[in-house]
Amino acid sequence: MLTKRIIPCLDVRDGKTTKGIKFKNNIDIGDPVEMARFYYEEGADELVFYDITASAEKRGIMIEVVRKVAEEIFIPFSVGGGIASLEDMREVLLAGAEKVSINSAAIKKPSLISEGAKAFGNQCIVLGMDVKKVSVAPSTPSGYEMVIHGGRTFTGIDALWWAQEAERLGAGEICLNSIDADGTQNGYEMELTPLISSHVSIPVIASGGAGVPDHLYQVLFRGKADAALIASMTHYGTYTIRQIKDYLKEREVPVRYLW
Amino acid sequence: MISIIDYKAGNLTSVERALKKLAIPCRITNDPSLILESERVIFPGVGAAGEAMKALKAGGLDRAIETFFRSGRPLLGICLGTQVILEFSRENSTPCLGLLPGEVVRFPNPHRDQRGGVLKIPHMGWNRVEWTRYHPLVRQIPSESHFYFVHSYYPVPMEETAVLGWTDYGRPFPSALAYKNLVALQFHPEKSGPPGLALLKSFSEWEGQDAD
Repeated sequence: MLTKRIIPCLDVRDGKTTKGIKFKNNIDIGDPVEMARFYYEEGADELVFYDITASAEKRGIMIEVVRKVAEEIFIPFSVGGGIASLEDMREVLLAGAEKVSINSAAIKKPSLISEGAKAFGNQCIVLGMDVKKVSVAPSTPSGYEMVIHGGRTFTGIDALWWAQEAERLGAGEICLNSIDADGTQNGYEMELTPLISSHVSIPVIASGGAGVPDHLYQVLFRGKADAALIASMTHYGTYTIRQIKDYLKEREVPVRYLW
Repeated sequence: MISIIDYKAGNLTSVERALKKLAIPCRITNDPSLILESERVIFPGVGAAGEAMKALKAGGLDRAIETFFRSGRPLLGICLGTQVILEFSRENSTPCLGLLPGEVVRFPNPHRDQRGGVLKIPHMGWNRVEWTRYHPLVRQIPSESHFYFVHSYYPVPMEETAVLGWTDYGRPFPSALAYKNLVALQFHPEKSGPPGLALLKSFSEWEGQDAD
């Protein structure tokens, strides 16, 4: 049986990992290569690196991080943040990432999804979605709207429509981030996740709000997510990957152990 | 020296990096003469069978792989490399290399589990592999270990004796094949953590005999 994936997310700025609380007051918590190795040995199923480096001239630092990570860990990992062209994708994939995650660039230019899927394979293209709950309106019939710039800018695009459109364009997976839940540690968005997951046939990674193992159980079982992104709950040592997996296994959620 | 065959099908550097980590000498090459003088060959790949066969034929690699296989030296197929080793793929109705009798089929669409739940295609993520028998490549890897998969098609050899491992995704499908000096995996050992690296390490020491 296919297991549910537990995926630590590392935000990286200028080559260092951070963890933002609601995208504000980011603090440095370490070296991304060290953290990647730690999570690999602990039994993480996959990793996500999100580059929040502000300046374009420092982008090269991230490629160097990707290259070093790829030499150390032998599980899939994806890289997102600032990827806006086929050339950006190629650079990250050649440096050793298994997948690239595109977010606001795909909203501005949806053909980036189809071009990326054609050039590198659907399985390489992850659509990152930053979503906020809004009132049901003609432009947002699902009651969820796509946002960019860390949630500061509303796009007028309905989240469910965009998920299905991205699948049609060739996205291989969706990383679904609730801006409302992100950083709260109060649990994943439990209406949004099953709504999206049951309306697309590609895997959905739930993101935003994980604080305790039961949040993962809820979103993987009731929320129909295929995988769950975590950050603070393991970055600061509150829980280990093993503790989370033991909790899930006791509740009959299929998980992977190292051997 | 292990040659990793380059036919422009996906990311070969991940296999190379895994071997480097294990301190196993290797090179990526598309040169048939270099392939033929190698001790072992790894045939990886991600993508579609039709495009892959076109690229292999254009580079004379189809004959090189067949000649290498007939020489009895160890050959390891991974993912798409595994699929094109069989006779025929239903992906774009593609005639393949035919080193092993059998064909490559797709998971049904929609694909359901025993309780009627819809299973997503591609089969992507970690799943268990249950070994069918003793084989030098998997001797040190516990049966039911998890490996990383990304695929919509899977190989079905004509003789079930060629199945080395089964995986359950809605139904059991062959996820590892072993036939003479060939081992072919549907999963990605280079992305499968410690058991995957152990399998690659065993391949680097294998002389090509099937133990049965």
